[in-house]
Amino acid sequence: MTDVRIITANSAAAIAAKLCRVQVISAYPITPQTPVTEELAQLVESKELDAEYLTVESEHSAMASVIAASQVGARVFTASSANGLLYMHEMLHWAAGSRTPVVMACVNRGVGAPWTILNDQQDSISQRDTGWIQLYCKNSQEVIDSIIQAYKIAEHIDIPTMVCYDGFILSHTTTPVEIPGQELVDQYLPPRRQVKGISDHSFMNVNPLILSDPRLGIDGKMAPGYMDMRYRLQNDLIKAIGLIKEADQEFEQLFGRSCGGVCWNYKMSDAAHAIVSFGSLASECTLAADLLRQKGLRAGVIGLRSYRPFPKNEIVKNLNGVETVTVFEKDVSYGYEGALAMDLKAGLYDSVNHPKFCSYVVGLGGRDVLPETLANEAYKAITGEIEHGWVDIKA
Amino acid sequence: MATSAAKLLPKEEFILPGTRSCAACGLMLTYRHALKALDPGKTIVAVPASCMTVLHGVYPITPVKVICINNPFGATGAAASGIAAGLKALGNDDYTVLAFAGDGGTYDIGIQALSGAFERGANFLYICYDNEGYMNTGTQRSSASPAGAITSTTPVLAKLQHKKNMIGIVEAHRIPYIATASPAFPLDLYDKVKTAKDTYGPRYMEVHAPCPPGWGFPNKDLIKMGKLAVDSGIHVLFEIKDGVFKLTSRSLSLAEKGKKKTISEYIKGQTRFKKISQDQINSLQEFVDQRWNEFLERHHRNSF
Repeated sequence: MTDVRIITANSAAAIAAKLCRVQVISAYPITPQTPVTEELAQLVESKELDAEYLTVESEHSAMASVIAASQVGARVFTASSANGLLYMHEMLHWAAGSRTPVVMACVNRGVGAPWTILNDQQDSISQRDTGWIQLYCKNSQEVIDSIIQAYKIAEHIDIPTMVCYDGFILSHTTTPVEIPGQELVDQYLPPRRQVKGISDHSFMNVNPLILSDPRLGIDGKMAPGYMDMRYRLQNDLIKAIGLIKEADQEFEQLFGRSCGGVCWNYKMSDAAHAIVSFGSLASECTLAADLLRQKGLRAGVIGLRSYRPFPKNEIVKNLNGVETVTVFEKDVSYGYEGALAMDLKAGLYDSVNHPKFCSYVVGLGGRDVLPETLANEAYKAITGEIEHGWVDIKA
Repeated sequence: MATSAAKLLPKEEFILPGTRSCAACGLMLTYRHALKALDPGKTIVAVPASCMTVLHGVYPITPVKVICINNPFGATGAAASGIAAGLKALGNDDYTVLAFAGDGGTYDIGIQALSGAFERGANFLYICYDNEGYMNTGTQRSSASPAGAITSTTPVLAKLQHKKNMIGIVEAHRIPYIATASPAFPLDLYDKVKTAKDTYGPRYMEVHAPCPPGWGFPNKDLIKMGKLAVDSGIHVLFEIKDGVFKLTSRSLSLAEKGKKKTISEYIKGQTRFKKISQDQINSLQEFVDQRWNEFLERHHRNSF
């Protein structure tokens, strides 16, 4: 029998971590992530989940400790938001460089200063270049499903994975969520394979000082230099595009649901006007597309699920033949424009098709975004009134 | 039972020729004796960016026969916690987790993660090798540098502040085992690491590690400088087991019948003190005497 519960995305994240049988959890509380840490503490202290739980004194230590636990072979989990995520920044690079399959939930929140506890995606977008896989969820079902898939992906290719979902909009809003059965999750996600060193008592110097050029090892083989190591990370991240799709397909076969792989489409088959976005905002954009269709405009939506690696080919293919592209996003690269807009435009440069391109920054620090507003702005973009800007500036 | 002679120390070496540490490195000697007291085949070492990173060699070669996990500078306490938690979760409880960090990585940038780990009761041994400055980056001042020392960031005035009381901070965490040691007194060092290994929970050791290039003394004087530090009382050998303080080794014999050497005798062989004023010498002597008297008082209070 299907187990459907009316829960928040934060509960979905905690349940997902339990279903994945995580062995070490380390976390530091920050709004709006706190319920994840509380629910996991409840599960561990009541012995419903057999895991070590470190109530660390900072996010830097949260990430440092899960990386270290992962390095000795444990399956690990943490979660953070906003300034907490920024405080982890050094360790996020370290997790990726160490090739540790850490999985974390990022509950998207605007960053200070000035202080806001409400939602936008500036926090995770600011971590774009740390070498992590970033998956964005459009709803709470995708949160539970994506965390389960994230372990599959991360442990297959040894790259840490961040599952991002919007603070309050998803994190504190209850919606029906189908809970995957433990047996099926176990079938989908076997225990993590043993790591070298601990299992065979060999002497290893993990993450040592490295030179720029390859160097001869005592085994007579050339070992890579720093740049070669980094190239491997880059190559594997590009490979992860395929892995993310496969993990989602395999998930669909077992659970009958898909998150869309690297990106999902809404009414794109006949669309002349594409709206591109990610997170819950992309979900809301589908309502805007419907409003535009009521006005006779053939609008559709592409929801980006994997922001890093960036599925350039998939998105560009989906945009083939459209007349206009309108991007809505809750982040900005200050001094230029939204990060997704920049990446997508760069992707389209290689394409034969160069649709008219418009980009908007919306909803920073929790400013409400209505489907009607999105539809109006997209309409202006399509009809050529405006090409980029910040929506709904009030003062 | 205290180890009575150097010939009784294990013969096996875990640091092989080819380390990248400087000649006559106090830290290297400390690490050498510490590994002999542990079981390196069942030990995982957490190391921050430091002289230890350099000592462990450049990829893909390492001269040390132990699993070493390198970490960012401020992360040692948290990383050691994570290693211990990971090992426990996987049922590998027979490993010793050793965090090995310098004074900069302990007194300064690493103090938050260390305090957090100790407060939580994390199960690892933390050894701070105190060479009294950021030696790996070129002898900058740390909060462990002594007053009157020239460093590359106190080049003109020499350091104006006394050393931070890190032991006092660690003691405030009420952990089961705290000890100080010196590579100039290897038997004492070895015995303390052994005791620490067999204690459960957070354990802290601080080892005074003379640094020839950082302090400005000839390589041949490494042991002499380590001994002078203890003889002058600028470094005191003791252990605190479950809150009970006891002087050990040379510091114990000094307390029982010897006489401390003066700070002037300690500093005269080190070029880092060449700009120290008489006022600073007096202040340093007063600082050392006051601390020594506190230790003596605590030692006698616990000796009955």
